[in-house]
Amino acid sequence: MTSSTGIGASLLRKEDQRFLMGRGNYVSDIKRPGMTMGAFLRSPHAHARILAIRSDAALAMPGVLAVLTGEDLRADGVGGLPCAWPVTGKGGAPTKEPTHPPLAQDKVRHVGDPVAFIIAESLLQARNAAEAVEVDYEALPAVGGVLEAIKPGAPAVFEDIPDNVCVDWELGDKAATDAAFQGAAHVARISLVNNRLVGNPMEPRAAIGEYDSSREHYTLWTTSQFPHIVKLLMGNFVLGIAQHKLRVVSPDVGGGFGVKQFHYAEEALVTWGSRRVGRPVKWVAERSEGFISDAHGRDHVTEAEMALSEDGHFLGLRVRTIANMGGYLSTFGPNIPTNLYGPLLAGVYTTPAIYCEVKAVFTNTVPVDAYRGAGRPEATFVLERLVDVAAAELGIDRAEIRRRNMIPPGAYPYQTPVMMEYDSGDPGGCLAKALLKADWDGFAQRKGQSAARGKLRGIGLCTYVEACGLAPSRIAASLGVRGGLFESAAVRVHPTGEVTVLMGSHNHGQGHETTFAQIASELLGIPADKVEIVFGDTDRVQFGLGTYGSRSLAVGGSALVKATNKVITKGKKIAAHMFEAAEADIEFKDGSFTVAGTDRHKPFAEIALSAHFPVNFPLETLEPGLEEQAFYDPVNFTFPCGAHIAELEIDPETGTVELLSYIAVDDIGTVINPMIVEGQIVGGIVQGIGQALYEDCIYDQESGQLLSGSFMDYCLPRADNFPLISVETNITACTHNPLGSKGCGELGTIGSPATVINAVVDALSHLGVNHVDMPATPNRLWRIIANAGAAPVVP
Amino acid sequence: MHISLTVNGKSVQADVAPEELLSDLLRERLGLTGTHVGCDTSQCGACVVHVDGRSVKSCTVLAVALQGSTVTSIEAVASAAGLHPMQKAFHENHGLQCGFCTPGMVMSALDYAARNPDPSAESVRHWLEGNFCRCTGYQNIVAAILAGAAAMSERAKELGK
Ligand code: FES
Ligand code: FES
Repeated sequence: MTSSTGIGASLLRKEDQRFLMGRGNYVSDIKRPGMTMGAFLRSPHAHARILAIRSDAALAMPGVLAVLTGEDLRADGVGGLPCAWPVTGKGGAPTKEPTHPPLAQDKVRHVGDPVAFIIAESLLQARNAAEAVEVDYEALPAVGGVLEAIKPGAPAVFEDIPDNVCVDWELGDKAATDAAFQGAAHVARISLVNNRLVGNPMEPRAAIGEYDSSREHYTLWTTSQFPHIVKLLMGNFVLGIAQHKLRVVSPDVGGGFGVKQFHYAEEALVTWGSRRVGRPVKWVAERSEGFISDAHGRDHVTEAEMALSEDGHFLGLRVRTIANMGGYLSTFGPNIPTNLYGPLLAGVYTTPAIYCEVKAVFTNTVPVDAYRGAGRPEATFVLERLVDVAAAELGIDRAEIRRRNMIPPGAYPYQTPVMMEYDSGDPGGCLAKALLKADWDGFAQRKGQSAARGKLRGIGLCTYVEACGLAPSRIAASLGVRGGLFESAAVRVHPTGEVTVLMGSHNHGQGHETTFAQIASELLGIPADKVEIVFGDTDRVQFGLGTYGSRSLAVGGSALVKATNKVITKGKKIAAHMFEAAEADIEFKDGSFTVAGTDRHKPFAEIALSAHFPVNFPLETLEPGLEEQAFYDPVNFTFPCGAHIAELEIDPETGTVELLSYIAVDDIGTVINPMIVEGQIVGGIVQGIGQALYEDCIYDQESGQLLSGSFMDYCLPRADNFPLISVETNITACTHNPLGSKGCGELGTIGSPATVINAVVDALSHLGVNHVDMPATPNRLWRIIANAGAAPVVP
Repeated sequence: MHISLTVNGKSVQADVAPEELLSDLLRERLGLTGTHVGCDTSQCGACVVHVDGRSVKSCTVLAVALQGSTVTSIEAVASAAGLHPMQKAFHENHGLQCGFCTPGMVMSALDYAARNPDPSAESVRHWLEGNFCRCTGYQNIVAAILAGAAAMSERAKELGK
């Protein structure tokens, strides 16, 4: 560390002050001159034909400026919301991409599908008018879940896709995998559901559109994790606005978790609506509106089997999954249960043959897309549950069977049979540390103590690997993405030596304003408080590909290193000129440019000043100014990995789970700010435990009605659900980016569902239970215990 | 309906609609957007402010009921001298990430500290039942509230000397 605010310092966050004082600037806080308010009329039906929409009465109400429908979109030539990441199915079959109009046209396909957008002087007027819009529907039979969708004769969500299959995808060597099963001494099997989740960032989505007719220019303020992509998708595909006539601003955003990384209908409608009414239009979701309009996550039904040798070596893995896409494709929908799922089934093991089939299907539910972890928690859950089942059936200790199959330390870079080449990792080291910390070997005694108190104690373990740092553009393009996945950074040095850094990735809780300032501080040898990080405004930041897939540090941070190094190179040129020395003789260290082997030096700020007062610069070879930009496209994904252990007690009388301890040991590459990293990991773990124990988005399978549409019936984790969570690291550096960082944003939700369910199953294993679906609610567990008999507690 | 009340030390006169909520009064009428709205079922606690010294969810309070009341929102917690010890504790313990739940958390924490002479992690966790945070996993919020409460009682002792 060259300064106390550089890489590795637990620097307190630079962004905290404004939030602590109530001075954050969220979209819902913004008021524009002449601003109007928008409200949606949304479908109460899961599936229905729209026969007529009568808006005269609503239009005549006080303050109402416009009632816009799908027909108005058609008349104005507004396009559908595009899918940015289709995938190629079996035999080269393309993903089916039915049109997704921002307001329903002819049919509604899920509860909450927007039917009319009402703009009025006040929110109350808009809401009242929405109630006065009359819609005649012809209700149609609906499909509320994936198993319904694939039944023969099921209603078709899209008439021209009679089997509801969006894409039927496969990965891996089927023949080799089948062969592995043929000779296997043992086959372990599991059928499981990965429960559907609603991401629920605490800030509901919001958007403001503003059209300036004098400049034919649009501005959109939106709660987005990636404003540049909203600008590209909405401008280019939906509204036909030239890129230089559109500015998208995502100011402070109150959490994202993937939910805010898609281009949503409401963004296009406030923007388009602002031109229609000639005034700014604002929309803010209510929480219950978020439940029926934010993209949901997970929602898989899976059957998996593992072939093993007698001594517990993994020989082959076969997985069949049906994944829900919802009623339309969301921006990245098809990519999540395919490319971000199948390859992760290799885990940290040497399984030689893997074959995975995924049927992504349409249903009459809200579109499904990435939610923190996105595909990788689902894969980890399948694999790590299956490993536990196999261990139990073969009578091998759960830690031992994992060790026996783990990629050995010397085997990196390691090519899996399913696409990925892991550059680095020490899952074995993580596991060893976690086992020690958890006192795995002393568990039997603790179980006995619990039993004496009438409680069922369980311990669960999981290892994981994730592919993140999305993504090498070359590889991603071969997997279907329609665009690059690099990242950008610009370093602007002021004449007085302070620095403004413009980042393409977006900060909505991850601490970028601090972490990125630390990187600049380290490289330039200046304190972090002389560095300001700018993000989230397409007029200020030239380009960026957003924050998701744990990519901001590994990809964006690498771009920042590149740009900063360019600044240093330019600084050396200036210093060489000032010292009348050769450029090759200039060294930069600890914030000073020095002529090698002499004590002649100039601090960074002095060079910055000369760059702006180039009185005697040789202008043919040395430009004035000091600002550099860099774009970084990674050569590979990054592969954080780790081992987590949970210990818990179940009360057999009530089925209630009490989590007693949670231990995480993770290999995430170079850590810039340990305090922020710990915060990210703990937050992710709690979200993942939310999936394991509390959260469940439930649709009535036949009617397609959402049964858990508010915080009253969708259970968010609360403070008193958790013990102290212990987070440690066990680092190997990423070998292919300049920081050596891998990413830490998603690992919590990837490791914790399997860890906790493995512990729940362990607690119930004496009842012959080998799987429990998520969430493991008291109701579900109590039934399992009751059905197994008189809830005997076995010490 | 006409009401007069005190908000963050200033007297406020307003003609409010019968259905107007305190959260709307603060955010829309007075421009005090530090108070956030995160739900429509009175559960998330992003909207917590103090009315007559007690923490309340401003999304559940009708403005008309506030005649003569004293309301304090997050904007009035820091002083000219800087952050309040509770705000400082959130900063020092990394008790916030996206910041959206933070104002409600701090207002709730201040009331917790006032009511609990003997703070504990367990009682803090229990107290926060009505405050959701989706980012932090609560761990550092609990640590922050314990540290903030300790700093407040320390300061009270010093003032008492
Ligand atoms: S906004 Fe008041 S409790 Fe959620
Ligand atoms: S810090 Fe984001 S919700 Fe609490």
